[in-house]
Amino acid sequence: MILDSHTVRPTPTVESNSPGAPVVLDQLVRQFGTTRALDGLSLTIAPGEFVALLGPSGCGKTTALRVLAGFEEPDSGTVHVRGQDVSGVPAQRRDMGMVFQSYSLFPNMTARDNVAFGLQLRRQRSSARRARAGELLELVGLSEHVSKYPHQLSGGQQQRVALARALAIEPQVLLLDEPLSALDAKVRAELRDQIRALQQRLAITTVFVTHDQEEALSMADRVCVMSRGRAEQIAEPSVLYAKPETAFVAEFVGVSSRVPVTRSKDGVELFGARAKIRGDVESLVGSDIDALLRPEDISAKVASDGLGIVNHRSFLGATTRLGVGIGGVSVKVDVRSSDAELFELGARVDLSLSSRDVLVTERKIDA
Amino acid sequence: MKIPSPLSEHASTPSGVDEKDRGGRHSTGTLVRSLRTSVPVLPFLTYITLGLLVPTLVIINLAFRSDSGKLTLANVRTIIHGGQYLTGFENSVKLALATSIIPAILGTMLAYAIAQSRFDFLKRLVATASGVLANFGGVNLAFMFVATFGANAIVTTWLARLGFNPWSHGFDLYKLWGVAFVYFYFQVPLMVLIITPALNGLRPAWREAAENLGASKWHYWRYVGVPVLMPSILGSTFLLFGSGLSAYATTEALTGGTIAITPIQIGAYLQGNVISGEEHIGYALGFGMIVLLLISILGYVLLRVRSSKWLQ
Amino acid sequence: MASVVGDNIVDFELPMVPLNLENRRRIRWGRALILWLAAAYFIIPIYAALKFSLQNIQGKFSLSPITAIPSQPGLGAAFFLSMRLAFVTLAIVLFLMVPTMIYVHMKMPRFRRFMEVVTILPIVIPPIVLILGVLEAAPLWLKASPYLLSLVYVVLAMPFVYRSLDSGLGALDVKTLVEAARSLGSGWLSTIWRVLVPNLRSALLSATVLTLALVLGEFTMASLDLWETLPVWIVDFDQTNAHISTAVAMLSLLGTWALLTLIVSIDRSNSRRRRRNHTS
Repeated sequence: MILDSHTVRPTPTVESNSPGAPVVLDQLVRQFGTTRALDGLSLTIAPGEFVALLGPSGCGKTTALRVLAGFEEPDSGTVHVRGQDVSGVPAQRRDMGMVFQSYSLFPNMTARDNVAFGLQLRRQRSSARRARAGELLELVGLSEHVSKYPHQLSGGQQQRVALARALAIEPQVLLLDEPLSALDAKVRAELRDQIRALQQRLAITTVFVTHDQEEALSMADRVCVMSRGRAEQIAEPSVLYAKPETAFVAEFVGVSSRVPVTRSKDGVELFGARAKIRGDVESLVGSDIDALLRPEDISAKVASDGLGIVNHRSFLGATTRLGVGIGGVSVKVDVRSSDAELFELGARVDLSLSSRDVLVTERKIDA
Repeated sequence: MKIPSPLSEHASTPSGVDEKDRGGRHSTGTLVRSLRTSVPVLPFLTYITLGLLVPTLVIINLAFRSDSGKLTLANVRTIIHGGQYLTGFENSVKLALATSIIPAILGTMLAYAIAQSRFDFLKRLVATASGVLANFGGVNLAFMFVATFGANAIVTTWLARLGFNPWSHGFDLYKLWGVAFVYFYFQVPLMVLIITPALNGLRPAWREAAENLGASKWHYWRYVGVPVLMPSILGSTFLLFGSGLSAYATTEALTGGTIAITPIQIGAYLQGNVISGEEHIGYALGFGMIVLLLISILGYVLLRVRSSKWLQ
Repeated sequence: MASVVGDNIVDFELPMVPLNLENRRRIRWGRALILWLAAAYFIIPIYAALKFSLQNIQGKFSLSPITAIPSQPGLGAAFFLSMRLAFVTLAIVLFLMVPTMIYVHMKMPRFRRFMEVVTILPIVIPPIVLILGVLEAAPLWLKASPYLLSLVYVVLAMPFVYRSLDSGLGALDVKTLVEAARSLGSGWLSTIWRVLVPNLRSALLSATVLTLALVLGEFTMASLDLWETLPVWIVDFDQTNAHISTAVAMLSLLGTWALLTLIVSIDRSNSRRRRRNHTS
């Protein structure tokens, strides 16, 4: 059940003469041969907002970004920046700064010259360029490395230079194409915070593409979850997590378990009790449906005649995640680690729903 | 407008960690052990010494010896002070320059034209062809060209029928520039072979980043594309220079030894055309070639190091 | 296009070269022209030489140069001499290089750098110079044998053989394979023969083909060492009948060509196979 991508316009936190520009993508379609990379994507971004495009590989998020940047032309649909249609504007003149996934720094130039490149094209005087480049490199914490060449810098440092280079031209929109994917975990985490802090300080409209939900959820004002060229849901991270609107979102964002349930009068039968269905029920066909449950929405109680059996335990720190086999499926349940010793492997437990309603979807048929 | 940085600098290591040799301990035990480990490569080292090093030392030695065995600079002086040998070197260098610089330019243009092509089939064909053609040379190539561009050969007669006989306009396959024309047949593919990986090493991200920052196609090539490729192009030119300098078989088969370049003169020397008093002149000629080739190889290596850093 | 940041007004004027449709079309024609000219330069001589090989002395089309080949004096001897030299060279170079490179890859990886440098040296000491030194330094009894040439050809072949084996070995984790084989009880010889060589098949094939092509086409040293190998015969016979000489040269060329195309296509199918295996 896929809802139309309705965007909720947040109250702008930045004034209308902020450096960030409002961006509107409207019904973008892009087909490569027989694949529809973009299938009617629409998205409105407020000035200064940080929007993440999140999805698995092939969902079209990078294509969307490239259309926005001007590297791809959509088959249909429009892109408006600051109210103006930029569809005919070539990439060179779109005034957007882009940070690529990796190795995009010009190898024959030092960090400083890389950053100053955009200014050089705009005929700024050499002294002004150097000064500005120096400022930006200091902003990203690389003032000691201004004269280094890209091959002398680590991956994280290179991406910071790439960021400084994109910001040097004072773009209306900042585009980031999975900039952290090629870095190792520790560097990734550091850079994540640094990019977000910088973006907020500069109040620049930012579109960030990633397949890592942790990145998207922790950095963005709003996240657009994409699948097969369309937006599944566009919402703030907390809303996305707590109230996923489609099965895809529920399973892609956060952890969820699928449990087959049967339709009852105004809800479903789950764990021997009745539960309300979240959202629109009318379009559900038939009575064979699955419920999508988060581990923290289920509570477990040890019971000698319980219907579930603990078949797995993972210690996650404050919580312990149990795998409970019940009714032919395995359900993930979180319990407090301090209580975890009660739930030995093989113990019988009873499960109950601890949230108010439950997201349901068509039953998935396994081959 | 200066904004204080919210970022902090964490210690990070450069991406290319040096695989430096950590062998620092100078105990005799380690020395003996490393000698023992090296034993299996002795056959290889011996072969190289006997097959390459010894002949080279012999040449260098004899270049500076008179017929009676005394150390002398006479041979070298004879060459440098003019006459046929100096002309030989001049011609050789002219030939090498022409058959390195022009093929370098043509080869790069050809490689680029192919890399831009939409036809995958063409790219594969050219890859195979270059690999094969670069190894052409010598006798077979010479015969092919005689059959094509010789005085009464196929293409010459075609062109003559069209009203333009190249031979009557100064073209001579058996003179210096005719020989250069033949050299292109393996020098250009060699260039294509060497430069194509470098062209492929130009990341699309650079082009897009440049575009994104406002660069047009010309700006990109001027500031990024050509500078990045330049070490490869120059380095390859050095390699081609060495190749053009030392070619013998093609020229000998083509001209029958009637052209004044150093390799041919060395060949003549070995075939017994020795003037009395210049008994060891051949070795001095060989020594001269070695020096020139060392310079060109050095240029190639230094530029290769630079280009590999940028294009990795 | 100007933008305002804080209190700085930064004026951005981008200088542009128009890349309109007209310019773009001109570039595509230029590229096509280059390709066609190149094709002409490389293909026409082959066609012309083939045509010349199929002409008799009067200049008319005739198969006589080809049919006369087997009966030409000295050709058989020259061909077989070239083949003998080729196989002896091949045997020596493989026998020398394969164990050495396996050992180096396993136990002395830093030595590879030295070997790389050594194998670039034949560019500094080309055949015409090398033969000078060899003819002076070699003992008389060796000079009396044609196989002196084989010994020297090994040096010429080394760069190609090194590069082939190096990339072939580089694609394997030699150390692990050997240790696995040894731990299962395999001796050194058996390990090389049963474990490593089969995995080096394409590298060995490419090294073989390049060595053969090298020896069969080598003229410089053979002619100056006064042995009549195939290329030397071709040049000598040119005085008698240029058509037959050219025919033999073209056959030799086609043969080399076929061999070299073989390696290139094997090499490419291997890298395709390797890529497929890696994306499982």
